[in-house]
Amino acid sequence: MVSPAHFVALAVILFVIGGVGVLVRRNAIVIFMSVELMLNAVNLAFVAFSRMRGNLDGQVIAFFVMVVAAAEVVVGLAILTSIFRARRSASVDDANLLKY
Amino acid sequence: MTHGIVLASGMAAETQALAFWILAVIAVAAALAMVLAPRAVHCAVLLAIVMLSLAVLYALLGAPFLAFVQVIVYTGAVLMLFLFVLMIVGVSSRDSLVETIRGQRLAAALVGIGLLVLLSLIIGHAAIGPAAPAGPDYGASNVQGIATLIFTTYVFPFEVTSALLITAALGAMVLAHQERLGPKPTQRQLSRLRIASGRSAPLPGPGTYARHNAVDMPALLPDGSQSELSVSPVISGRPDPRLSELGAARPADPQAPGGVLPPDSDRSEVAGGDSEHEGARW
Repeated sequence: MVSPAHFVALAVILFVIGGVGVLVRRNAIVIFMSVELMLNAVNLAFVAFSRMRGNLDGQVIAFFVMVVAAAEVVVGLAILTSIFRARRSASVDDANLLKY
Repeated sequence: MTHGIVLASGMAAETQALAFWILAVIAVAAALAMVLAPRAVHCAVLLAIVMLSLAVLYALLGAPFLAFVQVIVYTGAVLMLFLFVLMIVGVSSRDSLVETIRGQRLAAALVGIGLLVLLSLIIGHAAIGPAAPAGPDYGASNVQGIATLIFTTYVFPFEVTSALLITAALGAMVLAHQERLGPKPTQRQLSRLRIASGRSAPLPGPGTYARHNAVDMPALLPDGSQSELSVSPVISGRPDPRLSELGAARPADPQAPGGVLPPDSDRSEVAGGDSEHEGARW
């Protein structure tokens, strides 16, 4: 029998993989994808806890997380395209104008 | 929504466990491959696999509404947006394998292991009970239950969400808008430029042959050599094994144009330096 704890453990693993991706990758788009992976992992934990509690609040929160993630992706990718237009690169190493 | 009932309560525990383990292995493997794959397009496809398996996991957990939202919003909208931006930035863009900060990967791996240990300890100490008995909220009336919550308890966050979405759409339009720095060239100026460039005729079209008919096949010049100008530089940047079939009499090297070609007339120069085409080389 699969309990909600299994789902939460899977969410933890996916979250850690996403976090390592954010730390390791240099391409800003792939960093964004890793952030999305982390958000998805948290959503999975929310839904699992909702199943454990027996009410739907966790699912509603996961729904809100999806909405906020969609808005975040839209703005983030717009920033990325404008940076790419100015710098001709999507690597985070090249956007160093504010570096001291 | 009968599927929701089946997935939530009617499914045998063994079937549920089997589905969970298969999907968990697929999701973790795809996520790991996403972090490790050097090409951004492969990362996007692997992320789609993770998101689809998460959608099925939501259905297993008795959340059919979220499962469909996951497929529609994440795999449908968000990942398509990622792919569109990847097309602008360049499909062939890959991470450089050089570490810019020394020891960064080792440090990132250590942080990842530390985070995994920390979260595992927290999860291990937390009392995560068994699943609550599957009520109607996990099946037929899942959508109604969520709608009731959204429009009663969470009605204010829901309204704030709409403001957030409008702001995000406006912000994306402002950020992605490109200000024109100079005046738009008129038709007269464009024709003058064309004459001054030394090539008044349009560029040759790609070759049409008995076996190949595509934009990536170069046209053959009267002396049998391949016309470099007939293929877009975006496409000709890729090595194509089929090119060696054509013009077998001479070595097929797209970088070495025939004697009749003007050596310096680059196609992108004539086309006015289209930003998307330039970007695709990155």
